[in-house]
Amino acid sequence: MRDFSYVRANSLDAARQAAALPGAMLLAGGTTLIDLAKCGVAEPETLVDIAHLKGLDRIEVNERGATIGALARMSHVADHADIKSRFPAVSEALWQAASAQIRNMATIGGNLMQRTRCPYFRDPANFPACNKRQPGSGCSAIGGVTRGHAVLGISDACIAMYPGDLAVALVAFDAIVHLGERHIPVDDFFLLPGTTPDREHAIEPGEMITGIEIPGSASARRSTYLKIRDRQSYEFAAASAAVGIEFEPDGRTIRDLRVALGGVATKPWRARAVENALKGKVLEPDTVRAASLLAVEGSVDHGANHYKVELAPRVVARAIRKLGETA
Amino acid sequence: MTLELSLNQQPAHARQGSSIGQPLTRRDGFLKVTGAARYAADNHPPGMLYAVLAVSSIARGRVAALDVEAAKAHKGVVEVMTPKNRPALAADPDAKDHPFMFRLDLLQNDQVRYPNQSIAVVIAETLEAATEGAALLSPRYEVMPARVGLDGAESIVPRAVGVGGPAVQHKGDVEAGLKSAKTRIEATYETPAQYHNAMEPHAIVVAWEGDTLSIDTPSQGLAMAQGRIAGLFGIAPENIHIRSPFLGGGFGSKGMISGPQVLGILAARLVGRPVKLVLRREQMYGPVGHRAPTRQTLRMGMDGEGRLTALDHHAKTASSTFDDFFEPAADASHTLYASPAIATSHDAVRLDTGTPLFMRAPGEATGSIALESAIDEAAYACGMDPLEFRLRNYAEVEPMTGKPFSSKALRECYRQAAETFGWASRPIQPRLMRDADGFLTGWGMGTATFPAIMFQAEARAVLRADGSGVMETGAQDMGQGAWTAFAQIAADGLGLDIDQVDFRAGSSDLPNAGIAGGSGHTATAGMAIHNAGAAVIARLADLATGDEGSPLYGAGNEGVLARGGRLYRRDDESRGESYAEILTRAGLTEIEGHGKGAPDPASQEAYAKHAHGAVFAEVKVDPDFGQIRVTRLVGAFAAGRVINPRLVRSQYYGGMIWGVSFALHEEAITDRRSGRIQNANLAEYHVPVNADVPSIEALLVHEDDPHVNALGIKGVGEIGITGTAGAVANAVWHATGVRPRRFPVRIEDLLG
Ligand SMILES: Cc1cc2nc3c(=O)[nH]c(=O)nc-3n(C[C@H](O)[C@H](O)[C@H](O)COP(=O)(O)OP(=O)(O)OC[C@H]3O[C@@H](n4cnc5c(N)ncnc54)[C@H](O)[C@@H]3O)c2cc1C
Ligand code: SF4
Repeated sequence: MRDFSYVRANSLDAARQAAALPGAMLLAGGTTLIDLAKCGVAEPETLVDIAHLKGLDRIEVNERGATIGALARMSHVADHADIKSRFPAVSEALWQAASAQIRNMATIGGNLMQRTRCPYFRDPANFPACNKRQPGSGCSAIGGVTRGHAVLGISDACIAMYPGDLAVALVAFDAIVHLGERHIPVDDFFLLPGTTPDREHAIEPGEMITGIEIPGSASARRSTYLKIRDRQSYEFAAASAAVGIEFEPDGRTIRDLRVALGGVATKPWRARAVENALKGKVLEPDTVRAASLLAVEGSVDHGANHYKVELAPRVVARAIRKLGETA
Repeated sequence: MTLELSLNQQPAHARQGSSIGQPLTRRDGFLKVTGAARYAADNHPPGMLYAVLAVSSIARGRVAALDVEAAKAHKGVVEVMTPKNRPALAADPDAKDHPFMFRLDLLQNDQVRYPNQSIAVVIAETLEAATEGAALLSPRYEVMPARVGLDGAESIVPRAVGVGGPAVQHKGDVEAGLKSAKTRIEATYETPAQYHNAMEPHAIVVAWEGDTLSIDTPSQGLAMAQGRIAGLFGIAPENIHIRSPFLGGGFGSKGMISGPQVLGILAARLVGRPVKLVLRREQMYGPVGHRAPTRQTLRMGMDGEGRLTALDHHAKTASSTFDDFFEPAADASHTLYASPAIATSHDAVRLDTGTPLFMRAPGEATGSIALESAIDEAAYACGMDPLEFRLRNYAEVEPMTGKPFSSKALRECYRQAAETFGWASRPIQPRLMRDADGFLTGWGMGTATFPAIMFQAEARAVLRADGSGVMETGAQDMGQGAWTAFAQIAADGLGLDIDQVDFRAGSSDLPNAGIAGGSGHTATAGMAIHNAGAAVIARLADLATGDEGSPLYGAGNEGVLARGGRLYRRDDESRGESYAEILTRAGLTEIEGHGKGAPDPASQEAYAKHAHGAVFAEVKVDPDFGQIRVTRLVGAFAAGRVINPRLVRSQYYGGMIWGVSFALHEEAITDRRSGRIQNANLAEYHVPVNADVPSIEALLVHEDDPHVNALGIKGVGEIGITGTAGAVANAVWHATGVRPRRFPVRIEDLLG
């Protein structure tokens, strides 16, 4: 067998120190990491188990916003009454992710760090070429099976889709990732592949996600997460949208709008062009439809994933319309 | 050795005399929910080693090098089996003695003929060491381009399709029928490669004791497996003992012993110790069979009344480069709809894949989705309701052969299912129904059918002086409920309460029960059990009626009834005595009888024998997203005698869910460059999850069939897929106006 050490961290500092050592990886719920180790993508020399660390699973919600500990379980956050009322898109994104069993195991920190489902990435034994795994080795996906690959934010080096749901809602509402003392906006935490698809997150060795902070806002309060897929559950998004809206007192004119896309891009994708096109406008179906097309501006598809280009704007439009109807 | 199963741990159910027909819960259910049921991989004989397959990355070529030294140097690795040191076999694994024998990859050479073919076996003290050892082999290959897809090679006309069926058949003149038609349709449908994906992977635990073999492995056909292993190793079948008390699903993939299972036996021989070999999920995509892809073109002509004048069904399919199994998809058009002219034909390509094999309703399922879609198109072209159209073309005799049906309650199935579903209010035009949330709503239907097949089986019955009975047959329970249904037949056959019968199955040292496949197991082994019961009762009756001390003296065998552990005079039920009394007076501790189950050649010749059903489906489609959800399914099935309505309904539910899966979910997605399947895992190879399974109803339509067999059993295991897949496809059309021509139907097909 391939030996590795297992360390059970008993404090945050101990965890960070252990994780800074070469070949060390943090283990939280294990639902991503164990899979990746089994298929030969992750080859940790040391597993630093943080699942038992105290105090990192807190969920606090007040007027200013929410702070969620890195070890809070997906299911707990999804079910939290104040998250549901103040950040419905966050709760809905979590509810529609993975399966009940996985949500009960998986943590928020681990969720942000989940990796692409690109089948070539996950199969090193049979597809050695993958720039994300092995910089410079090439990309096996281009020219292969690409139905689930990204159409936005891709590069010549990598077209892998970011598969998560939660981060899409987070990026819509300007959430901040806490790496201990260092705080970074979620949008900056996730990196575009560019020429370095192996670097997915703005996290340095020895750093660890300690929590996330989501600023409260009227648009977060009136928000939704719409996820479209072939199967009703236990499937990643064909396309999804996290949308939040705030109206002027007239109840029709859009004061603030947040739109982010999932299932279509290499990272959680904030669609500012849609937001800007609609802010200050009265919510009308035609205006919304036209503006939603901006969500996929600059998209490049690889044939089998072309449908995402068609689908994503419709998902955005529907989500906006739905929020308008609840006015 | 027999298996200690303790199947009687649950309370007896209320019954009135007969066991057959009672909705008993599974007798092995208690063992399963408590985790006590022992599946093959749960076994761990002393000294056992772990074997792990190394499988090929490439689809075609040869293995140029394996780093055996590196693997062997790894701590815990005991041996590496390659073509160089693989123990000799008594038979060539590439030999094919009969069409039911399939070629196996047993390291006979360095050639690679499909992805995930076994190229070596690493045997180690632990699973982890064997797994790492296999990775350390770092194979190098000489690669040849993979032949992939239905256009990936030159097409051939196979010598036979299915099990020995002609590839091309016809009656009447199809071209003339088409020419004379008032309305014609022609349509082509594609179905993908699908993999069985039984929950339990193929697993084997083997121990050699000299030249005898002790094996735990899931098998749908114990005697066939025994015979195949005996032939390969040159040992007598009776020296091979296979236990298979439970299968975690088979669906055809465990019908024949597979290459990896035999490699486990070879590995045990090589190291001289017991060995366990379990396939990993992704390793099940290659060496254990699959459902081949098809491209089917149907042409139909109809007269002014909507009567078929011609039906032409052509199917293109694929097989491996080295063996023959051709999905007999077009044959689905032989049995359902009356037409003066019918032609069915097949062609095929040979691709660099593992050999496709039987997969639940092989040919029937693939053929049905195309035929039922085309029938729907034909009905619409004639401006007729699809049910009315099917009734207009109802086959009173089997269309292809002209034989009468042994029984056919399909009209009643249509009536009951349509009524329960509320079909009458369906508009003929598509895209007219919307629900309150704005979803496009569609209703579709399909006809279900599956042949009533019987194989050969034997059973042995014993009555004991303590009044209890034993029934033995090497039957296989794949989860369908064989432990329960057969015990019910045994109880009635022996005239005992089910709790007084020790029913033994799932082991190759019991009488050959034939194969649990073709939906024929209950009929075949059930008849063997029934006849064995009758035989032992006849012997008991002989004893009693010939014994002056018995109240039955002189009644003659025909004049005796067996019930509740007693024999009665038929003409005077107040006169009777218990089995125990009869045996004790005769000074016997037990008597036995034997029985066989087999098709009756005369009635085979005279009748067409099929089960039938009708399935109605409702789907809702989001008009913007093309997202499809099945919201309602109603099926009604007539399949002869129902042994246990609870189990039968479960088979229908399972089949119908599989039909949904066929229409909307299942597809092995191949990388065309490498020939590798890119979704070889249960996260990405989609089957419906609970949330995809709507409200389902399965109605059991009464049907007496005096011809199929004495018990009147047809078979229920596979029919549910047929009809359902087409019903869902037709409902999608009715909702959207878009005719699905490629399965599974996906979001992008409906984005418009
Ligand atoms: C079959 C399947 C389907 C799924 N479907 C969905 C879906 O539809 N939508 C969706 O959003 N997700 C989905 N997921 C992903 C799932 O949500 C993640 O696996 C899960 O959230 C990971 O959390 P974990 O605690 O188990 O992480 P782990 O597996 O423990 O860790 C994952 C990674 O994060 C690192 N890590 C963990 N904690 C920290 C931390 N605090 N700081 C820094 N690094 C850390 C680990 O080192 C590791 O690299 C699916 C997963 C599976 C297996
Ligand atoms: S798309 Fe990215 S992850 Fe997938 S094979 Fe190419 S480089 Fe690797």
